[in-house]
Amino acid sequence: MTIHLSIVLWLPAFAGMLALVARRFAGWVTFVGSLAALAYAVALLVDFDASSGALQYVTDKLWIDQLGIHYKLGVDGLNIALVGLTTLSFTVCVLWATLEREHPPQFFMWLGVMHTAVLGALLAQDLLLFVLFFDLMLVPVFFLTGIWGAGDRVRAIIRLFIYTLVGSLLMLAGAIALGVLSGTGGEVSFALSDIGSVTLDKGTQEWIFLCFAAAFLVKMPAFPVHGWMPDGYRSMPLPVLAVFSGVLSKVAAYGFLRVVTPLLPDATAHFQMLLLLVGLASILYGSIMAFTTTETRLILGYSSIAQLGFILLGVFSLDDDGAQGAILQSVNHGLVVVPAFFIVGLLAARAGGSQDLRDMGGVAFRAPILAGLFLIVALATLAMPGSSNFVGEFLILFGVFDTKIVIAIVAFTGVVLASVYMLRMFIRSMHNRVNPGVTPTDIRFADGLVLVPMVAVILLLALYPQLPLEKGEQTIPRQVEAASQATGDHHEIQVIR
Amino acid sequence: MKGPHIDWAGLSPIVAVMGGAMVVLLAGLLRSRFVREALVPLLTIATLGAFAGLSIWQWDEGKDIVSAALRVDTFAMYLNCLLAVAGVCAVLMSWRSLGPRESAHGEYYSMLLFSVGGMSVLVGAQNTVTLFLGFEMLSIPLYILCATEMRRATSLESGLKYLVIGSVGSATLVYGLALLYGATGSTDFSGMARALERSTDLQSDSLLLGGIALVIVGLAFKASVAPFHQWTPDVYEGAPTPITAFMSVATKAAAFGVLLRMMDVALLPSNADWSIVLATLAAISIVVGNVGALGQSSLKRLLAWSSVAQAGYLLAGVVVATQLGVRSTLFYLAVYLVMNLAAFAVVVARERETELGDHIDSVSGIGWSRPWLAWPLTIAMLSLAGIPATGGFIGKIYLLDATVDGGYTWLGIFIVLGSAASLAYYLKVLAAVWMRGAPAAEVATPVPALAGGSQELDPPEEPDSAAAAGPDEPASTGAPSEPGPAAPDPDPAASNAQRAAAEERDEAASAAAREDEAEDTASARDAAADPAAGDRPGRGHWELTLVAVLAALATLAAGIYPDPLFDAVRDAGESFRGLL
Repeated sequence: MTIHLSIVLWLPAFAGMLALVARRFAGWVTFVGSLAALAYAVALLVDFDASSGALQYVTDKLWIDQLGIHYKLGVDGLNIALVGLTTLSFTVCVLWATLEREHPPQFFMWLGVMHTAVLGALLAQDLLLFVLFFDLMLVPVFFLTGIWGAGDRVRAIIRLFIYTLVGSLLMLAGAIALGVLSGTGGEVSFALSDIGSVTLDKGTQEWIFLCFAAAFLVKMPAFPVHGWMPDGYRSMPLPVLAVFSGVLSKVAAYGFLRVVTPLLPDATAHFQMLLLLVGLASILYGSIMAFTTTETRLILGYSSIAQLGFILLGVFSLDDDGAQGAILQSVNHGLVVVPAFFIVGLLAARAGGSQDLRDMGGVAFRAPILAGLFLIVALATLAMPGSSNFVGEFLILFGVFDTKIVIAIVAFTGVVLASVYMLRMFIRSMHNRVNPGVTPTDIRFADGLVLVPMVAVILLLALYPQLPLEKGEQTIPRQVEAASQATGDHHEIQVIR
Repeated sequence: MKGPHIDWAGLSPIVAVMGGAMVVLLAGLLRSRFVREALVPLLTIATLGAFAGLSIWQWDEGKDIVSAALRVDTFAMYLNCLLAVAGVCAVLMSWRSLGPRESAHGEYYSMLLFSVGGMSVLVGAQNTVTLFLGFEMLSIPLYILCATEMRRATSLESGLKYLVIGSVGSATLVYGLALLYGATGSTDFSGMARALERSTDLQSDSLLLGGIALVIVGLAFKASVAPFHQWTPDVYEGAPTPITAFMSVATKAAAFGVLLRMMDVALLPSNADWSIVLATLAAISIVVGNVGALGQSSLKRLLAWSSVAQAGYLLAGVVVATQLGVRSTLFYLAVYLVMNLAAFAVVVARERETELGDHIDSVSGIGWSRPWLAWPLTIAMLSLAGIPATGGFIGKIYLLDATVDGGYTWLGIFIVLGSAASLAYYLKVLAAVWMRGAPAAEVATPVPALAGGSQELDPPEEPDSAAAAGPDEPASTGAPSEPGPAAPDPDPAASNAQRAAAEERDEAASAAAREDEAEDTASARDAAADPAAGDRPGRGHWELTLVAVLAALATLAAGIYPDPLFDAVRDAGESFRGLL
């Protein structure tokens, strides 16, 4: 029973509340709160005992007695890296928003609340607490986008909200059913460790699985349920979009591994093929859309769909390597997409406010630092060998190769397509003639403050991808173990290694 | 000669509220303005306070009084407390409103108290006769209260409509009760239950089934459960808003209270017959309410439709006929009470500050100009939609818990999908509050004289440009574009010209009011002109802000630390011995 995780969890929201009264210094107050959370998370990361598969720094208190909801937080190999990613991304984005100097205190309040909600969803070790934070993540996004967004923002955000909440509320129903039906002797408990000890019959598992899958796939978003994405991405303020795309979508992938695969193994095995196909479709659709659109935000948006398709493949390969790759790739994608959106903002500022690729071009010669940093980000995104993304995608494909070889082969094309759209974006915005509307200036010191730390972490992981991997070695394989065994029972044919 | 024993202690809450009603009625006869406008509301609040206090005193008694016609148990006392809260809030909202001024203060507030008394009888009733008595005692004052804004046609229409449809409901109910008596040979709830337990033949008796059906219909009218809800939007829209607020929460609490007692005590043995019927009604209600609310631009109509949907959620707790079901319904009733009151308090406040009435535009842009109203409304809407960290979320979890536990998972899915659909209209309100500038005052201005004044008032502000200005620097400009009537904030942005224009407008308004008085034209013009003429609009109506803020805080508290409420509903649920 420690208080550490509660501090990490509530610091950002607390700082956000302080920001309301801090007026002129609202941004800095929130930044300090996020930075403190980041420092705390780094300390936890260093102190984390990777050799133990158990939950660490557990806080467990009965929150609502009569519903059996626990206030239970804990970190293990599955979420520790994502906690690090979250605090880092939010700290950088809060700094970014602060340096923009145009946001009122309420903006930072909502950012702080969003930070806490995401951390809560990652740290929660109680099913309903997870659902609570998962739903809560959306409220700040609603206000941030609806008030400070661009374009037809109100309509876009209401659409996004309803889309995602339909999924989330189905998940709520599924979660309650899961807790109540696996309750033994009338005592209901929603703590994940308590639910995990009972296995439901296959039919029940299947409908609950579909409820959870609806929530997570919409949030990611995956191919058939991504309808909210284009308008949503167009209208969000960039710092919000960066964390939304970088971190919030990862919570969905994380949710599959935390809740679905261990608690609903039979259903996971049953729907494995369906989800693999969804992942595959997302990769192909996302990649193709990404190199046909000229809106820079949407290039990154569709590339996110493709990347999350990979992550989905990794999860549902139900293989040790695939699952590890999924978590590593979640971290990697978060790390590249946040600076990528920041660069979009910089490019737009140089192209007279336009975020269209056709209005850009020719910046690289006059802005070598920007070009260099962007190149690192772009190469990492397309999973250049030597980058950590390469390791992640490799592990995922390796995992899928073990189980479903055909899917792995098709998925390989996604790797190729990624280089097409990322390089296209880089070339069109950086090289060629200087576009008449473009003022090619290099980044300012303040921009560097935002960009350089993220790029530094990308490079660090490129040199040493073991860092996140070894944290999860003990835990992540265990999350897919039961489901993997369940597939073995149903399918006689295993691909020979 | 020795009279029958009367348990005054058990009877005390009802005695208090009825006695208070008499005192208030008599006090209202005095001529002094102080007595009528300050003392009478104060006495009403004191009466309700005594009512709540005595109910808490009798919390644990669990006894039959008045030869077992009424039951004093935690269940009834819990609901009494909810009714008292609703009553106090209704009094505060009515305090400086038009209704009491147009009818008469004493009558208005005593009707409110009589209605609370009727509800209290209803939730304690365990005899069909007492049930019907309470039912009528709560209804008749409400019919009158709906029509208290006597010079507004829609208010009269609302009262009349409620009277006619309410009477149909009552008639259906009393016929159903008669059939139940015919089938079971008892007017007593426990007698009915015994009769049903004794013979299984009786449970499939058509007389009994007909009785159950009619009773359900009668109570469904009162609780505005679809498809017996058609009166709800019209009556809610037409009635004075404080009365709408009171009806939407208190009537619902009382109707669900009696429904729970009827179903889970008297008719419990035949639960297989009625639970599927109620489940169907709940599902219909959820669908109809949420679909109906989608296109509404009047806040009161929107909340009326939403109350139909919420009735569907509440009904789910009755369907399952378990301890958990009772508790979850009671829990949700309390949460529903506070979140709805918060929303209505804001509607009342904006009705007085703008002349847009209850149109959704009246809350446009208040996020930046009136944060003390905007935040409560935001919390209320999020809670009604069931977003985490609010009471609505916990309440919905509890209801889902009960439905899954009671084997009605499909109904749980209905609740969930209904909540998702409801977001479309709850978010529309929030979008108006935070994401749109205030509309130009000429939009939907009902009074020609006012519209003339307001043309000068803010010609430069168009809704679109205001919306565009909103996101950029809402904090620095404070109120991006506030229409005149709402503007008397201490707002540096209000220019002299604007102030002058506002004064001009006020003159025009009072002129219009005088004219109206002289001509005595009973029309909608009055309703808009009168508050503008009376008080400085938007100034000093602290009681509305107080209600809104307190109710919103209670909503949050129920979402973050719900334990006390859980304990209360557990105690209340244990009153139903049959379910233990």
